[in-house]
This record gives sequence, C-alpha cells and structure tokens, in this order.
Amino acid sequence: MLATFIAQATAGGWKSPSVDYHALAPEIVMAGVVCMVLLLDLFLPEHRKWMTATLGGFGVLGALIPVLTLAVSSEPARVMFNGAYVVDDFSLVLKALFLISTYVVILLSTTYVDEGDYYEGEYYTLLLTSALGMVMMSSSRDLISIFVALEFLSIPAYMLAGWRKRDTKSNEASVKYYLLGVFASAVMLYGMSLMYGTTKTTVLTGIADAIHRDGVGSAGALAIVFMLIGFAFKVSAVPFHQWAPDTYQGAPTPVTAFLSVASKAAGFVALITLVYVGFPYGIDVWKPLFWVLAVITMTVGNVLALKQTNIVRMLAYSSVSQGGFILMPLFVAWKHTPNGLQVNRDSLTAIVTYLLVYAAMNLGAFGVILAVSRKTRSGEISSFGGLFSYSPALGVAMTFFMGSLAGIPPLGGWIAKFTVIRALASDGSGWAISLAVIGMVNAVIAVGYYGNILREVWMRPVPDGDTSPIRVPSALGAALVICSVATLVFGVLPNLILRFGDHLDLAGVLGL
Amino acid sequence: MLTDQNWVLSVGVFLPLAGVLVMMFIPKSDELMVKFVGLLAAIATLGIGIYTLVQFDYGQADKLQFAANTSWIDVIHSRYIVGLDGISLPLYFLSMVITVLVMIYSWNHVPSPGNPKAFYMLMLVLQVGMAGTFVAQDLILFFVFFEIVLLPMYFMIGVWGGENRQYASLKFFLYTMFGSAFMLVAFLALFFKTGGTTFSMTQLADLVQQKYAEGGLTSATMNLIFAGMALGFAVKVPMFPFHTWLPDAHTQAPTQGSVILAAILLKLGTYGFVRIAIPILPQAAKVFAPWIGLLSVIGIIYGAWCCLAQTDMKRLIAFSSVAHMGFVMLGISTLTSYGINAAMFGMVAHGLITGMLFFVAGSVKDRYHTLEIKRLSGLLKQVPHLGWIMGFAAMASLGLPGLAGFWGEFPAILSAFQPAQGNLDLGIGGLSLNLYRTYMIIAAVGTVFAAAYLLWLFQRTAFGTPTAEFAGLGADADDHHDHGHGSHGGHGDDHGAAHDADHGDGHHEKIHDVGVFEWIAWAPLLAAIVFFGVYPQAMFKVLDPAVSLISKKFGG
Repeated sequence: MLATFIAQATAGGWKSPSVDYHALAPEIVMAGVVCMVLLLDLFLPEHRKWMTATLGGFGVLGALIPVLTLAVSSEPARVMFNGAYVVDDFSLVLKALFLISTYVVILLSTTYVDEGDYYEGEYYTLLLTSALGMVMMSSSRDLISIFVALEFLSIPAYMLAGWRKRDTKSNEASVKYYLLGVFASAVMLYGMSLMYGTTKTTVLTGIADAIHRDGVGSAGALAIVFMLIGFAFKVSAVPFHQWAPDTYQGAPTPVTAFLSVASKAAGFVALITLVYVGFPYGIDVWKPLFWVLAVITMTVGNVLALKQTNIVRMLAYSSVSQGGFILMPLFVAWKHTPNGLQVNRDSLTAIVTYLLVYAAMNLGAFGVILAVSRKTRSGEISSFGGLFSYSPALGVAMTFFMGSLAGIPPLGGWIAKFTVIRALASDGSGWAISLAVIGMVNAVIAVGYYGNILREVWMRPVPDGDTSPIRVPSALGAALVICSVATLVFGVLPNLILRFGDHLDLAGVLGL
Repeated sequence: MLTDQNWVLSVGVFLPLAGVLVMMFIPKSDELMVKFVGLLAAIATLGIGIYTLVQFDYGQADKLQFAANTSWIDVIHSRYIVGLDGISLPLYFLSMVITVLVMIYSWNHVPSPGNPKAFYMLMLVLQVGMAGTFVAQDLILFFVFFEIVLLPMYFMIGVWGGENRQYASLKFFLYTMFGSAFMLVAFLALFFKTGGTTFSMTQLADLVQQKYAEGGLTSATMNLIFAGMALGFAVKVPMFPFHTWLPDAHTQAPTQGSVILAAILLKLGTYGFVRIAIPILPQAAKVFAPWIGLLSVIGIIYGAWCCLAQTDMKRLIAFSSVAHMGFVMLGISTLTSYGINAAMFGMVAHGLITGMLFFVAGSVKDRYHTLEIKRLSGLLKQVPHLGWIMGFAAMASLGLPGLAGFWGEFPAILSAFQPAQGNLDLGIGGLSLNLYRTYMIIAAVGTVFAAAYLLWLFQRTAFGTPTAEFAGLGADADDHHDHGHGSHGGHGDDHGAAHDADHGDGHHEKIHDVGVFEWIAWAPLLAAIVFFGVYPQAMFKVLDPAVSLISKKFGG
C-alpha cells in the first residue's frame, strides 16, 4: 500500500481520497467502541468489569444503526478508494450478520467470562476488534484491503482462543490456530503477489478485466489456487481443517461459537468476493477445485463427526461439514454459455441465506452447550442425557438447533440446504446435479450425529441422576431466545430471509 | 365455487398448533388438564374435518375444492397452495379421526416413561404434518409437511418405545431422510427442467407434457426424476427392499405410534405416488410400472412369509403391513382407474384395520406384558371381548368379503388382469398383459398366505386355554383351576426378561377385558370397517372422479 502511495505521490500531486463518512460509519462506530471499552476497562474496579460487556453490546447495536440507514438510503453502491472498498447491499447484509452474531456472542460470553476469572475488558476489546475486521471484510474489494481485514479479524481471534491461559488445551488451541493461520496467510500472500505480478493491479474488478484480456496464464492460475487455499484454511475446508477441532475444543466455548460462525462467515465472504468479482474468467481453475473441496469437506467432516464423543468437537466437525455445503454453490457461481460467462444469481442467494441461517442455529447450539455445561461441567455428549426431562425448555431449544442443522423442515436449516440444492439444480449440468446428490446423501449422514444428540436429550437417562433444573442466566437466555425464534421463523417464513440474499448483485460491477 | 371457504383447510391443518400453544403454558404435573386440552384440540380439528366432509361438493370430486393459493416463498417461486379432491379427502379425514382415537386411547394408556404433556403435544404436531401433506398442492409445501412428521415420530418411538427403541427410531429417521433427500432433488430438477414458474403440481404436470411434446424434455431425464421421487415415496410406503425400517419401527413404537404409523404415515408414500409422481410424469410412470409391480408382488409374498416366521405378535402385524402395502402398490402399478381406486380404498382400509390390530396388540401387551405368541393363549376365554375384536380385525385384514379389507385387496388383484392399455396421444404404450397376469396369480397366492398367517395368529393366541403363567389372572374365576396347560417357554427371551425386570412381579395383576376408553377409541374403527365393507360405494364414488383423471392419461 505504501508503495502505491509513494508512486502516486511522485507521479504528480498527492490528492487525499474523498471519504464517504456515512458509508464508513459502521466501522467508525465499531472502532470508537473498541477504544471506549479499552479505556473504560482501565478505570473500572474489578467488580464492575461486567460493564465492559454491556458497553460492547450496546456498541455493536449502535454500529447497526448506520448499517440500517445505509440500507434504506437509495444510493445504489458507494465505491471508495478506487474500488478497493465498496458499501453495497451485499456488504450491508453481511455487516448486519457479523454485528448481530457478535452481539449474540457477547450475550453468550457475559456470564462465562464474568464467572470464569478471565480478563474481561481485554476479552471484549479483542472480540470487537475481530468483529471490526469482519465488517471491513464484507466491503473489501481489493487484495490489500481483503488481506488487512483478514489479519484484523484473525489476530485477535488467535489470542481469544488461548483465553483460558492456565488450561494447556486452550494454549494448544491458540498456538495451533496461530501457526496454521499464519501459514495460510503466507500462502495467500504469495498468491496475491503472483496475482499482482501478472495483472498489475490489486483491485478485484481490475483483476477480472486483466484476466479477461490476457487469459489466466500459469502464474495467474497458481495465484488463484493459492489464494483460494488460503481462505480454505479460514473456512476449515478439508484437507485444511486440521486446526479446527483442536482449536474449537480448547478455546473458551463462546469464542468457539464466534470462530465457527462469524470467523468462518468472514472467510466465505472473501471467497465470494474473489470468485464473483475477481476471478470469473479463472473459472476453469477454480471450478474443479470447488467441486473437490466441497465433496471432501462435506464427507470427511461428516464421517469424523459421527464418532466424536465430545460435543464441541462434534460441532467442530459438523461445522466443517456445513462449510462443505456452503462451498457447493460456489461451484456453480459462473457458467460458460454461448454468449460468454453468465453469473448464477441463485448461488449467491444460497450462500448468503446459508450463512444467515447457519449463524442462528449454530450460535444457538453453543448457547445450549454453555447453559448445560454450567451444571454438568462436562463437554461429553453423554452429559446431555435426559436434558428434556429436567430442563424441557433447553431440551426443546437443542431439538430446534440440531433439527435445523440436520435440515429438517420446518426449522431454518431446511431452507438453507434447499437454496443450495436449488442453485445446483438451476445450473443443470451433470457435475452440478451429481454434487447436489452427494450433498443430499451427506445431509442424511449428518442426521446420524445430530440425531445422536437428540437421542441423548430425549431418550437417555440423566447420567448422574441429578435432575435439578438448570438456571439459565438472563443474557444467555436472551441469546437462546433470539436464536430459537430466528431458527423457527426462518424455516416457516423463509421469504423473510431469502429477500436479503435474493437481490444481491455482486457481479454487476463487471458489466457482464 | 371451488375456492369458496378457502380458510377451511388451513384451519383444519393448523388448528392443532393452537392446542400445542395452550398446552405449553400448562404445568407438566397437571396431567388431566394437559390431556383434556390436547384431546379438545384434536376434537376441534376433527370438527373442522367433519365440516369439510359436509361441505365437500361430491359432484365435483375430481376438482380441487376449498382451494387457497397465496404467496409463501416468492424467491424460490413456491406458493402456499392447498386444495382437496376425492383422493385427498378420505386420507385427510382419516388422519383427523385416528389422532382423536389415539388420544382417547392414550387417556389411561400413556406409555412409560409417562409425560403426557410431551406425548400429546407431539401427536398434535404429527397431525399438522399428516393433514398438511394430504392437502398441499405445491411440491415444496408438500415436502415441508412430509418432513414435519419426522421429528415427532422419531421422538415418539425413541422415548416411549420398547426395548430397542433408540435403534429403531434412528433407523426410521435415517431411512426416511434418505428417501426424501432424493425426492427433493427430483422436485428441483423437475422445476428447472420444465422451466416452471411455480411448484404447483397441476402447473408442472401440464408443463411436462408441453415440454415433452416440444422435445425440450427427454425420456431419460423424466425417468431419472421419476426415479428420485419414487425412491422417496417407496421408502415411506415401504416397498420391498426399502422396508427394513418398518418392522423395527412398528415393533418398538408405543401402541399409539404404531397405529399412527400404520394408519397414516405409510400412506404418505402411496399418496405421493398417486398425487405427484404418476400424474406429473406419466411417461416415466409407464416405464417404471412393471418394476413397481414386480417389487409389489415380491413384497406381498415376502411379507407373508416373514409373517409366518414371526414369534412376536406386533412384529407379525408389522410384516403384514409390508404385504398389504404390496397390494396397494400393485393396484397403483396397473395405472388403471380400477387399480388405483382399489389402491386408494386399500390405503384407507389398511389404515382402519391395521390400526385396529395394533390397538389390540397394544392392549394385549398392557395386560400380559408380552406379545410372544407362544406365551399367549386362550384370549377368548380370558378376555373374550378383546379376543373377538382381534378375530374380527384379523378377518378384515385377510380380506374377508363384507369387511373393508376385501375392497382394497380383491379389486387390486383383479385390476392386474387388465393393466393400462396406453394412451397414444401422450406417447404411452400399454403394459404387458402376460406380465401383469403373472403378477395377478402371484398376488392371489399371497392372499392364501395372508389367510394362513392371520388365522394361525388368531388360532394360537385366541383359542385354547390361557397358559399356566397367566391362568388364574383373568376376570373369569373359572380359569383358576386351569393349570397344567403347556409349559410357559419364552421366559428367557429378552422381551420377557426385560419386562419381568421392569414390572417386577407384575404378572400377578388381574387381567381385565376391554375397558371403556378402549371401547370409545375402537368402536368408530370397527364400525367403519363394517360400513365400508358393506357399502364400499360410499368411498369409491368419492375417489373415482379424481382417480379417473389420472388413469385417463394411461387410456383408462
């Protein structure tokens, strides 16, 4: 970036870029909240540290306000910094997703962090910083801004994973996540530098034009593969998923929820922008890659999830497998037609819908785990035995989330899976249909382990005979209510959620 | 005219949810109140059902009535379309009746581990899914309702079931999910390949013919789509060889679950064939019909043989379902008006009769804590009413003329004598006469086996005198001195052992004959079996117009 600036400055008269403060307002609010939480933490006595959580929560909701005003404003897309940073409907939907997920994670964290003798102020500072990185990611349309956003969201996450600092598992989680994450970043950066070398630009639309003009070339192909692999680490696609189970299991549970939902979604956002805006003409490079990645990610994630006995580890593999589902529509993002490349709008709808539904149901599942482990102090699946008998509300909530993850109507998950299969069917090619069939078979396999949790909750006896009900703290309860209602409403009235995904037009800027 | 009163079906489908909502706020310990509200919701729903029955225009039974069509998921072009014609009406109404009867039966028969609140709520949710499936006229809506029944049934088997309940429930769940996964892909492929603008069944059926005539839709594609749908429905029916979940699910399910499963859930599959797969893709249906027929007759014979080998009464009834659904599918596979009418009648009759048999099995289990056939004997002596009801249901099940079972089974066999002759306008050829006549003979042999296993069951359990272990527990004091008859084997088997453990020395309870709640729950079924046996025309005249609409595509 510096080099570009210097080049510009020497080339003739540095001009400050014009900044649309309205468009940047969510980021500015978030940055302000991060600083306020950090400062407040310095002056709060130990027993009032909980106020940092409250401030953080309100701050996130405050950042949602400009997102809403931007969404209702009639201006189509606000392009800044020569196309490096774009605020359009797509980015707004995802910003809202990141902010709401972060809010729910704060609700999940409140009691956990308060009771667990952790550093509170720093926790929320890092959490919000990471969220800020995600919010930036959804607007980034340039290799450099994508990379900056990625590091912005990852580095705090490495630290959060090791937050239980006296627990060796948590340390392992953090170190493993850090090392593999940095490795992925390095691979990605190498790809980015190759891409810059071949196309002489870092802006995605420019890259698309350059590839269209000059063809992909071997260096370009390598660049695309490296970048996609870098993000495959982020979204824990098989075979780049090895960090996920250990990190998920070792990290504090609210952080795991955050990683498996928000951080993963951020990785997908980057993949989406790259595929839709940057590399449409690299279709022959990424198309086979996504087919293979999607199939092995779903299948391996599923098979490994089947034999887990720890619930967080099982959800880690389940989230790997769900990631495979979200990868599927990317395979059909573009299509060769006699009139040139054609974008498949259904596939973008599918990914965005999936991410939204997935956030609600997965956060909810972690919420129930947090609530139950407050009593059982265990992460084993068997500790859920008889949950319905002594805590029916939590049992029903868990049924909602597991049923939704398994994709059973009328719970939200079905519409997510449905839109994915629909996107593949609308492509209509043999490879797409075969991918759809493999996906559905995997959806059935997944019922095996989600059903296993339900079996514990409903059919097994209480492991230690302790049937005292679980007292759910109010913040956690609020999170559970938000997630359950969202999961159910998305499933019964899918129109509410599909509307967000449907009118998005990322590739419009390419004028294809 | 036909869209008058478009609220009727929606209320009929979703009213049970109101009951669920109210029940959520009743404490679990107030069992009487819970049962009362649950039953009230079911009866109110049945009231709507009766209203539907009365208002239904029987002169236009081939048209969709009470139709409602409103937007639902615009983005994916799926609409909320519901409607009811002669094919749907009997099953729609049956689902409501069965739910009420099952709830009455449950009044003092909530299976272990209790918790009537959850049990009644699940039954109401099940009812929503069942009724909804029969009125949905949009493929996606159909799919959603079709799947709604999954979770409640999974819990019903898994929580309130027998020894092996967890295995059985998961197996049920996975099999059905597997089938419906393919069904969904098939629905979507159909939508995109025809370039449909809605998922409306009638619209898609027209579009398929239009596209096919234009050459935009190849036979191979149609066959693949049909295969996907057929797989989904065949698992649910269940047809041989996808039936293996059924004996486990039936045997392990609580009585109520078995009754609902047999009476309604299995029909979702056959209904799917008649409502969706065959009318929408008639050309492909003709290609697959001989294979469906083949699997049906295999199912008839295989099911019957399995029945003969069973030692457990409930498992025997479960396998008899495989055989009976074989007759239904054979009727459907002829693609004639005659055959499909018989199949539809057979579905309702099987629902009434097998539902009744499962009720009886449940009551026997309640009294004797076993369903081991060789430990049961002399039901007629000890519990004469129960014994006779069982005999009656067995006779109906084997297709005795004059009872409902006959009108499902006999015409289905007969229909194979003259399968569909084809409709050249649609490019559909006739079905092979020789093949179907062979099927007819095999199916006819199957009825002999059916008589054999049912009569044998009845003879072994109802005749004779009670075995020593149960003698002296009967209401009839004369049985007291009746020792020394047959050694009571089967004590060592797992069923017996587990229940011995469960109930301690529960065998010393008095064994009562049919109780008042049982009478209330069973009387409508018994009456309906006789009524439809004597006057089958009552149902055929409702079915026939709608069925003819389908069979017309095959030249019938």
